[in-house]
Amino acid sequence: MAGIKVFGHPASTATRRVLIALHEKKLDFELVHIDLKDGEHKKEPFLSRNPFGKIPAFEDGDFKLFESRAITQYIAHEYADKGNQLLSPGSKNMAILAMGMEIEAHEFDSVASKLGWEQIFKNFFGLTTDQAVVKEEEVKLGKVLDNYEARLGESKYLACDHFTLVDLHHIPVIQYLLGTPTKKLFDERPHVSAWVADITSRPSSQKILL
Amino acid sequence: MVMKVYGDGMSACVARVLLCLHEKETEFELVPVDLFACHHKLPSFLSMNPFGQVPVLQDGDLTLFESRAITAYIAEKHKDKGTDLTRHLDAKEAVIVKLWSEVESHHFNPAISAVIHQLIVVPLQGKTPDAAIVEENLEKLGKVLDVYEEKLGKTKYLAGDSYTLADLHHVPYTYYFMKTGHAGLVNDRPNVKAWWEDVCSRPAFLKVSPGLTVAPATN
Repeated sequence: MAGIKVFGHPASTATRRVLIALHEKKLDFELVHIDLKDGEHKKEPFLSRNPFGKIPAFEDGDFKLFESRAITQYIAHEYADKGNQLLSPGSKNMAILAMGMEIEAHEFDSVASKLGWEQIFKNFFGLTTDQAVVKEEEVKLGKVLDNYEARLGESKYLACDHFTLVDLHHIPVIQYLLGTPTKKLFDERPHVSAWVADITSRPSSQKILL
Repeated sequence: MVMKVYGDGMSACVARVLLCLHEKETEFELVPVDLFACHHKLPSFLSMNPFGQVPVLQDGDLTLFESRAITAYIAEKHKDKGTDLTRHLDAKEAVIVKLWSEVESHHFNPAISAVIHQLIVVPLQGKTPDAAIVEENLEKLGKVLDVYEEKLGKTKYLAGDSYTLADLHHVPYTYYFMKTGHAGLVNDRPNVKAWWEDVCSRPAFLKVSPGLTVAPATN
């Protein structure tokens, strides 16, 4: 089998999204460390891999990709017969999956990433947390999690009764938020709290933590 | 039973779904939702989409929201008719379509929708557009279009040499954008301009564009 390589950073949420998928599928791969502090992702040769200058980039043999959620979908389909099932068969089930992935991307991630940036990543760059932004974004996240609470009252995982890419895509940002005061938003909602405990304790979720 | 789309043709996200239905030559019923009267925030609508947004699709007992999940479902269900929007016969081409759909979703859409929000939605709420937000997002959009300019110099469409969902998802917001005073961002990039003129003149879009009726402020 040709080699799988991920070009990224072990602390990056988008890189972790791909690494978790690879671990779920029990695939061998090489993580090629991109030096973000040096701006390596904004220069050649990385830009030839992703002209948008964002990690991760990916290759499987000579097939190259970027955008973490396209990469995870490739992994899930190409290696459907290996490791854990990350999809749900049938066009209606796949539609529910697609919808769940869109909700994560458009409703959850935009808010959750801002909270991660303000409370964690800004510190790496010597910048101060803006508590007003945190407060505002927590209100938004609360509303999203209210919808998740209702959904998880009906279904063990977001798309269906087993773990899929929809749940997986949430893990890296949630792991960071559990180390901040925002954790309370997850703890306060029993179904969400149980789901978070479940998905973050999966072996693949643990493997990517530093 | 025909598919039902809940929404209003003036919404770019609804138009995205209508465009896909026309490309797939699929019958549907558009069930009007009065956005100005905030009917999309009523309990009857929220029971279909708890996020209170149009469009919603009903196909028999399946209810879906999120326009790009809906287009993916329609394109897959009707993959054997109309335009091939997903390149489903080749697994690698299919994932490249997904890749450029992600690019639209994460790079193009945040910038262009922020501009359209300021220049269309904000005035409808009786407020003044925030020039700083417009400027910041025009700059981001310009950088995305630089990448598109280079890509479209190599392939006729974003994901390859045929029109796919990756192109389709861009069309409704770009249509509104071209009515603003910033159309130069597209027109000044020859490959992007040629691509735009091609995609917006497709017969399927000519059925959808009359519904995109809101007029942006031109600044």
